[in-house]
Amino acid sequence: MFNYKFDWAIITSGQYFDWLVSGVKVTLELSIVSVVLSFLLGLLIAVMRMSNVRPVRWFAHGYLEFFRNTPLLVQIFFWYFGSYKILPTAVNDWLNSTNFEFTAAVIALTIYTSAFIAEDIRSGVRSIPKEQMEAARSAGFSYLRSMQYIILPQAVRITIPPLINQFLNLAKNSSLAMTIGVAEITYQARQVESYTFKGFEAFTAATLVYLILSVAITALVTLYSKKMLNPMGAR
Amino acid sequence: MIRFEGVHKWFKKLHVLNDVNLHVKQGEVVVLCGPSGSGKSTLIRTVNRLEPIDRGKLIVDGQNLSDPKTDINKLRAEIGFVFQQFNLYPHLSVLKNITLAPIKIRNITRGEAEEQATVLLERVGLAEKRDAYPAQLSGGQQQRVAIARALAMKPKIMLFDEPTSALDPEMIGEVLQVMQGLAHTGMTLIVVTHEMGFAREVADRVVFIDFGVILEEATPEEFFKNPKHERARLFLKEILSPMH
Repeated sequence: MFNYKFDWAIITSGQYFDWLVSGVKVTLELSIVSVVLSFLLGLLIAVMRMSNVRPVRWFAHGYLEFFRNTPLLVQIFFWYFGSYKILPTAVNDWLNSTNFEFTAAVIALTIYTSAFIAEDIRSGVRSIPKEQMEAARSAGFSYLRSMQYIILPQAVRITIPPLINQFLNLAKNSSLAMTIGVAEITYQARQVESYTFKGFEAFTAATLVYLILSVAITALVTLYSKKMLNPMGAR
Repeated sequence: MIRFEGVHKWFKKLHVLNDVNLHVKQGEVVVLCGPSGSGKSTLIRTVNRLEPIDRGKLIVDGQNLSDPKTDINKLRAEIGFVFQQFNLYPHLSVLKNITLAPIKIRNITRGEAEEQATVLLERVGLAEKRDAYPAQLSGGQQQRVAIARALAMKPKIMLFDEPTSALDPEMIGEVLQVMQGLAHTGMTLIVVTHEMGFAREVADRVVFIDFGVILEEATPEEFFKNPKHERARLFLKEILSPMH
């Protein structure tokens, strides 16, 4: 009944190993680039969502509802297949000369995740006492500079745990990029399986990669917040 | 320096400032007092437009606060504000609390700002706390840092909104002493406070306000010896001998 022959050597050396390693590299690139961009974009959208200028606030609100309430896979397809149709030929030619699969995946992951990050940051901002804004404004800081120097640095510290969650989701969601041909680790594991029929070994490897990546993200963000973002004392 | 002309303000239906007329001259120390809910905090907060006024005219340092052309951020940089709850930036050290605005708004170098902060910290008696965080300080220490933070902008006017009301009694003196030192430098000061000893010794003028109306304006001697308005008499009685 149990006559599957394990062959771990096939994924720990040789050509298939190289495939998996190249997949790990792409997954790392995809995740790191998207984590950084989605955090920055999330900050921007959060600030826009709280703006006093109505059209800006409405735009941010629409953005949040739109991207949080549609499936990531559809968004990936949209950026990859959809945007292609409406862009000028020259732009398309240029895109084709680059690694457009990768770019489309970064755009989709970044925008999708930024919507969640923005909401987390906004609730962080709302937990900062309004007197902090008053203190900053009475010193002569504009609204935006008060946000930049006083409110957001405090809000982000409070937001670290939910941010870690979003980064983990992003890293795991990056596997969907295989559907548009980005050769990340899930894609490569699938390749190895097609060539060798060693699905168990190949996807065990992929699983371990995501597990290690997630633990690393949690550790790095936690370490950074402890080391760099300083003790706020008893707050 | 500061001129209120027929200023009104409402919170919904509540008439919190009712036809306020007041002129504070440069270098003057004015103490605002009155029962809680009288509108004195609102009044002081209108001076840097933390609370906008609804009617009338308010001129601060030659600028009309209701004029859309007034650059409020620029004006606020000239006005130090000290809060009841200190409102230090909890994520920054004492030194950074003080140097942030001078560096970012006045565009002075970090070195210059830190030198200046060191002098100010010595002046408020907290030189050894420059690297501490607000949460590691007592209330009185936090309030003295808040005063140093406001002074670092070299303001023309300082506003104090009940600066000692959140403090334990034994810490009130240290804060009042710093404020008294300031009054002697010729800076324009408006202080909302219940510390009548401070008013008596330091103020040029005491303004008594209730229900959003200025009921009395007098020198401290006049005000404490012979308050004209009935409510001022009651207020003084309550505050000077709460047990009667």
